[in-house]
Amino acid sequence: MSGAPSGGDRQRLRQALGDIALLLVGPVVAVALALLVGAVGIALFSGLLPAGKPLDVGLPARAYYALFTGAISTQTFVYATPLILAGLGVALGFKAGLFNIGGRGQFLMGALGAMTIATWLGTSVPAVVEIPLALGFAMLLGAISGFIPGFLKATSGAHEVVTTIMLNYILADVLYWAVSGPLVPARAPQPITINIQDSSTAALPGLPVIGNLGVVIAVLAVPIVWFLLYRTTLGFEIRTAGANPDAARYGGMKPRRLIVLTMTVAGLLSGLAGACILLGNDYQMTPGYDTTVGFDAITVALLGRSNPVGAFFAALLLGGMRAGSGPMQIQAGVPRELVDALQAIILLFLVMNVLRHWLGSRAARGAEMAGIETVTRTYGRESV
Amino acid sequence: MTGQADASQVPALEMRGITKIYPGVVANDGITIDVRPGEIHALLGENGAGKTTLMNVLYGLARPNEGQILLDGQPVEIADPADAIRRGITMVHQHFMLVPVFSVAENVVLGDETMANPVFVDRREANRRIAELARRFGFDLDPNEKVGNLSVGQQQRVEILKALYREAKILVLDEPTAVLTPQETEQIFVLLRRLAEDGRSIIFISHKLYEVLEIADRITVIRRGRVIGERRPGETSEEDLAELMVGREVELTVDRGESHVAGPMLRVAGVRVLGDRGREIIPSLDLEIRAGEVLGIAGVAGNGQDELVQALIGLRPFAAGTVTLDGHDVTGYSPRQMNEAGVGYVPGDRHRYGMISAFPIYDNLVLTSYYRAPYARGLLRDDAAILRAAQEKVERFDIRTPTVTANAGTLSGGNQQKLVVAREFDRPLKLLVLDQPTRGLDVGSIEFIHHQILAQRDVGAAVLLVSAELDEIMEMSDRIGVMYRGRIVATLDGRTADKSEVGLLMATGASDRARAEGATA
Repeated sequence: MSGAPSGGDRQRLRQALGDIALLLVGPVVAVALALLVGAVGIALFSGLLPAGKPLDVGLPARAYYALFTGAISTQTFVYATPLILAGLGVALGFKAGLFNIGGRGQFLMGALGAMTIATWLGTSVPAVVEIPLALGFAMLLGAISGFIPGFLKATSGAHEVVTTIMLNYILADVLYWAVSGPLVPARAPQPITINIQDSSTAALPGLPVIGNLGVVIAVLAVPIVWFLLYRTTLGFEIRTAGANPDAARYGGMKPRRLIVLTMTVAGLLSGLAGACILLGNDYQMTPGYDTTVGFDAITVALLGRSNPVGAFFAALLLGGMRAGSGPMQIQAGVPRELVDALQAIILLFLVMNVLRHWLGSRAARGAEMAGIETVTRTYGRESV
Repeated sequence: MTGQADASQVPALEMRGITKIYPGVVANDGITIDVRPGEIHALLGENGAGKTTLMNVLYGLARPNEGQILLDGQPVEIADPADAIRRGITMVHQHFMLVPVFSVAENVVLGDETMANPVFVDRREANRRIAELARRFGFDLDPNEKVGNLSVGQQQRVEILKALYREAKILVLDEPTAVLTPQETEQIFVLLRRLAEDGRSIIFISHKLYEVLEIADRITVIRRGRVIGERRPGETSEEDLAELMVGREVELTVDRGESHVAGPMLRVAGVRVLGDRGREIIPSLDLEIRAGEVLGIAGVAGNGQDELVQALIGLRPFAAGTVTLDGHDVTGYSPRQMNEAGVGYVPGDRHRYGMISAFPIYDNLVLTSYYRAPYARGLLRDDAAILRAAQEKVERFDIRTPTVTANAGTLSGGNQQKLVVAREFDRPLKLLVLDQPTRGLDVGSIEFIHHQILAQRDVGAAVLLVSAELDEIMEMSDRIGVMYRGRIVATLDGRTADKSEVGLLMATGASDRARAEGATA
């Protein structure tokens, strides 16, 4: 290799940059449109807000300013942590052509696994032993939760969209049962678990600026998943099976086995998300313990174009919006629920695939990646 | 003579200076063509020459950047396909747009129903008009038959009937003969001539030079978005047209040279293959191919060729029988085992089995070898090695692309096929299974791929060539097997076989001679 870039290298670089730009344009347009719709909404309804005045056109700017400045905080990273991990799980599924809606159940099983270890070991072992054990058990339970729908699809063709949704209810009830009985300390006056910070050594140590150790784990997972997808033969098999299962079969790959494997790893990641948020933020569970991370992760994966690095930035964006929503409510008087609405509108614009209609098919083809097709395709005609 | 429309007549359609620019590509560069009433005008060009774009402009699917469309001398703007149909322009697509569970009559009136009242379709009136059209143009169709029960050729006639029902004055036929047997092609030509005599204008798009020469009154050749020449059939030849199309001299019939046939390479004995729904597609089939020999399988699509090929390659199980490759029993091998045993495969549906459009060229080139050295070290991909090999193959197999990192989907059809060939032909093979290797390709790409196939034959591979293109079979094969309803009904010598006999065998499963004998017996 010579020092100066050759013409071919430069051309490759230019093409790579062009590809990235094409990948970015969809999500950026979706977010911008959502912010625009949000701004119109804020202005229209400003009269209904306490201390608001009708059609206050300056209010959207003040609200977004507060949202933005409020997002510059440690909370952004803490909120982003489970979104990164679960988002990677959904993105991995998209790459394999699977729509994993089971993030909720997998997350809850992860949290339950971590809580089980924390309750069982309490303060009897040091943190360096207990934290890895708690995370490991969380990953195991999450992986099992992902394995089940994967196995069902590979053996019977049962669609993962249906089975993961059903499993979400079942697993939420498993958690309800565990936190109503087995995990409740003997002398507790009501069904509630121990507080991990007080009664165990499993709490994730805090870190300056970024929050706690969970953030580090989530950030580390990004290059690991990227490496798996793009640098290993297994990742090539997963992506091939997702893009064209028939060609994968012809290429000597085993799409069924890949389905099981991918769902298992996706579950593992979502389970880890649950453990990180429980051990680093929530610390305690009641039987109704629940999460929206499983669904937010779908937005993250789509916004991130099913790419691990993209999912990371998408999770930071959504985490930031969540972190900034409190300051926005206090400073601008706009209810923090606006953030949920924004997130939903982003998802709508993504799935509508506005680009396809606006930019014509050629540009859209370049910008399209596995995620959107997995969500919007007609189900029931796959050949697995 | 049909279509000797005199030049002073106002053209039924005139497209003047049509320019259509897509980002980065000038698909049509100032194309001017006209079609007179009663004329069959053939549009000839390689894949990607701009024929489809031009027709999309005509049909209101694409807006030209420059240029004008005139119908009967009047400038018009065509907004969308519905507008085009209203103005009497109809397109008969390669893939039929018919509802299989509807009857012929129902399909014909679909979208343009004659209503008896606001709620019910006037079936009687519709049937009367269909019967009248059928009589006038000699359609051999039962209006009450379900379209799903019709042959491909009959379905095509339903499409044309549909166009006539809408009072089409200008019919565009996009490669209408690609799916037909020679006999069906003859029938459709008779019909097209009748339509022309009736004063309708026909634009006939095709790759097949001899057909164009046979049917067209005038031939316009397009290359790289421009009109390169206009010919009348009497004053040109296949060679001349091919050269115009490609821009250089082209060998139209490969000189297949001498086959050096050695011992048996592939032996298939008593195999039974089931279809997707468990139906028996191939009851029992035997065949043998020797090293250095090309066995062509002729047959109308859907007579079990797909199932046979898929089973041979390991994508479909054998319900019974044995397969021996070079003396080893390979029955029940997986696709990977077959690949490792030295079997190359060019799938008929390259978008389904042959490639992954959304992946870059270099990934597609290692679809079957990504897991082994030098492309992988243990569980890790060796991207440097993959890229290097891709660069080398792109050059050696002349895949036209700016870079190996471009997605395979961005390549033209011919180059996509070269990509598959580059992957499969890159090593010494024992058996080469080719399923429609040149379908939809232009003469330049066909020439290239045929040469590659012969090169593999010359180094001792056994070649199984499945094609609906009878000319290809006749040209390439040492022996020809005709497949009909899951059986090989005849095996002929490639040097002496007669095209019309093979065509008849394809269509009926028996030759004239056999039928005559059957009748007297």
